[in-house]
Amino acid sequence: MSVLVYTESENGSFKKTAFEVVSYAKAIATELGTTLTAVSINASNTSQLGVYGADKVLEITNDSLANFDAQGYADAISQAAASQDATVVVLSQTANAKFMAPLVAVNLEAGYVSNVVALPQSTTPFKIKHSVYTNKAFSLTQINTPVKIIGLGKNAYGLHESAADAVSEVFSPSLQQSNTKVISVDKATDKVTIADAEVVVSAGRGLKGPENWGMIEEMATILGAATACSKPVSDMGWRSHGEHVGQTGKPVAASLYIAIGISGAIQHLAGINSSKVKVVINTDPEAPFFKAADYGIVGDAFEIVPQLNEKLKAFKAQNA
Amino acid sequence: MKILVCISHVPDTTSKINFTENDTKFDTNGVNFVINPNDEFGLTRAMWFKEKQGASVHVINVGGPETEPTLRKALAIGADEAIRIDTPATDGYSVAVQLASVAKQGGYDLIIGGRESIDYNGGMVPGMVAKIIDANFINTCISLEVEDAMVTAVREIDGGKETLQTKLPLVIGGQKGLVEESDLRIPNMRGIMQARSKPLHIKPAIEQSPRSEATTYEKPAPRGAVKLVDTVDELIDLLHNEAKVI
Ligand SMILES: Cc1cc2nc3c(=O)[nH]c(=O)nc-3n(C[C@H](O)[C@H](O)[C@H](O)COP(=O)(O)OP(=O)(O)OC[C@H]3O[C@@H](n4cnc5c(N)ncnc54)[C@H](O)[C@@H]3O)c2cc1C
Ligand SMILES: Nc1ncnc2c1ncn2[C@@H]1O[C@H](COP(=O)(O)O)[C@@H](O)[C@H]1O
Repeated sequence: MSVLVYTESENGSFKKTAFEVVSYAKAIATELGTTLTAVSINASNTSQLGVYGADKVLEITNDSLANFDAQGYADAISQAAASQDATVVVLSQTANAKFMAPLVAVNLEAGYVSNVVALPQSTTPFKIKHSVYTNKAFSLTQINTPVKIIGLGKNAYGLHESAADAVSEVFSPSLQQSNTKVISVDKATDKVTIADAEVVVSAGRGLKGPENWGMIEEMATILGAATACSKPVSDMGWRSHGEHVGQTGKPVAASLYIAIGISGAIQHLAGINSSKVKVVINTDPEAPFFKAADYGIVGDAFEIVPQLNEKLKAFKAQNA
Repeated sequence: MKILVCISHVPDTTSKINFTENDTKFDTNGVNFVINPNDEFGLTRAMWFKEKQGASVHVINVGGPETEPTLRKALAIGADEAIRIDTPATDGYSVAVQLASVAKQGGYDLIIGGRESIDYNGGMVPGMVAKIIDANFINTCISLEVEDAMVTAVREIDGGKETLQTKLPLVIGGQKGLVEESDLRIPNMRGIMQARSKPLHIKPAIEQSPRSEATTYEKPAPRGAVKLVDTVDELIDLLHNEAKVI
């Protein structure tokens, strides 16, 4: 028996979610009285994982996994799990992790629960809470299989340090030739993505037109945030589809979500509910978003946002 | 090309979510059920394959008789035949086993599912189907072209997109981008009339014991009232000292 966690990296460096899943998996390993093994693929600096509690790191270095390939990654992780006799496998909920998780589940004949928001409520039987109905509810689900796969929602657990040795071992999975080839990747490398961002600055139809997004971009730059928008804004082509958040768009699980000129329709709120702190700026005191927000300013975005940007800049300069 | 579109039958996006029987069952009272939005984009893309490339399109749902109006709607949009596997949808794996069996026996080349259902949000059924039948799989698929058995697809990644090449047989987890909102079709009277006489096959399920089961549900705790402030200075102060997020 052991707990296994997959730690995602990009260009060799671990993503922040990797440390979160290690923190979480360590807590489960402790509860089960067993050890925690991390698996890394083409990552360096694996000793960092010890800070959050990895007892061992299986390091996979393989050129055929240079580009993400769901089948190859799933096979590598499944073989690593089998080699450790893992009964619990923890993954994050990044696009890549969600892509491969169902494949790992079939490989390991494991029950898989995604969007998990807390530690297991009990381990025998194994019961765990996860969000369903697009964040409008939680389900307490029992996993019946000997091997369990958990997809931990971003920011659901946070980082917890717990020193361990992170003894590194080379692991060489046997992989089949992949049928799927990556032809090109189109990704802005200078921008924070909605998936990775701690802060998301989002704007809606209240901004009147795409020419007014300069102040939104500026706020995002000051806060190191990602930009997002409501659905009509991307439908009208003011912003790209990749920025549309909500029930039918991207989910946002940020620490801070700032909504400017967004009314707060149920479909919008469903996608951003798992963000921790929500700030609303809207001219209409009756806008439904105020009911779902932590802080709000009733007022005109065209007056407030420029002021806020100036003050935030000064604040950041002081607190840098 | 034979296409199978997996249709999940879900509460529409405006539904208020409630539970009954001591919070063990979803309360369907007053809820309007629709084709899962991600599946509707996939179904519309399938209609284009039918019209431009002569594909045949079947739709499938795993569920009880209550899902038939949703399947009929898919027929009215233009699918040729519908299949309902007669068993309640429990865990993602059990559903995938049923779908995979039909996909394999029916010799489908392309199986279109959604990135996720908006009720279970599992994000797992299409990937599991692909693995069970040993087909290729592309998730969060936002563009799909098929020429002979060669596939060019685009998938959304965190912060961008990626173009991939693969082969049939293929399963996708689709979403908006496969087609746009304005491409979605509202069934017309002729479509609705034709749908009545199109085949809707009811098939028995393969016995499966669920790998996971929902025990109870709960709703998020109601949040405290919003703190309204008058100045941006107050806001920054609260975000820094109280919420500690900046
Ligand atoms: C099936 C379905 C799925 C959907 N999925 C999504 C989804 O995933 N995500 C999503 O966002 N929407 C979704 N929607 C759409 C949703 O119902 C709303 O229509 C949409 O969220 C509204 O966008 P908005 O708030 O930008 O615009 P509006 O509702 O037009 O609101 C604009 C707001 O700006 C305020 N405002 C105006 N001027 C100013 C100013 N100068 N300063 C400050 N505030 C100002 C107004 O008071 C108003 O509250 C979906 C709808 C359907 C039917
Ligand atoms: N009961 C079902 N019947 C048919 N297809 C389904 C069913 N449940 C899920 N699917 C398909 O699998 C996709 C992902 O569902 P899920 O794994 O529940 O998020 C959906 O968008 C559907 O295409």
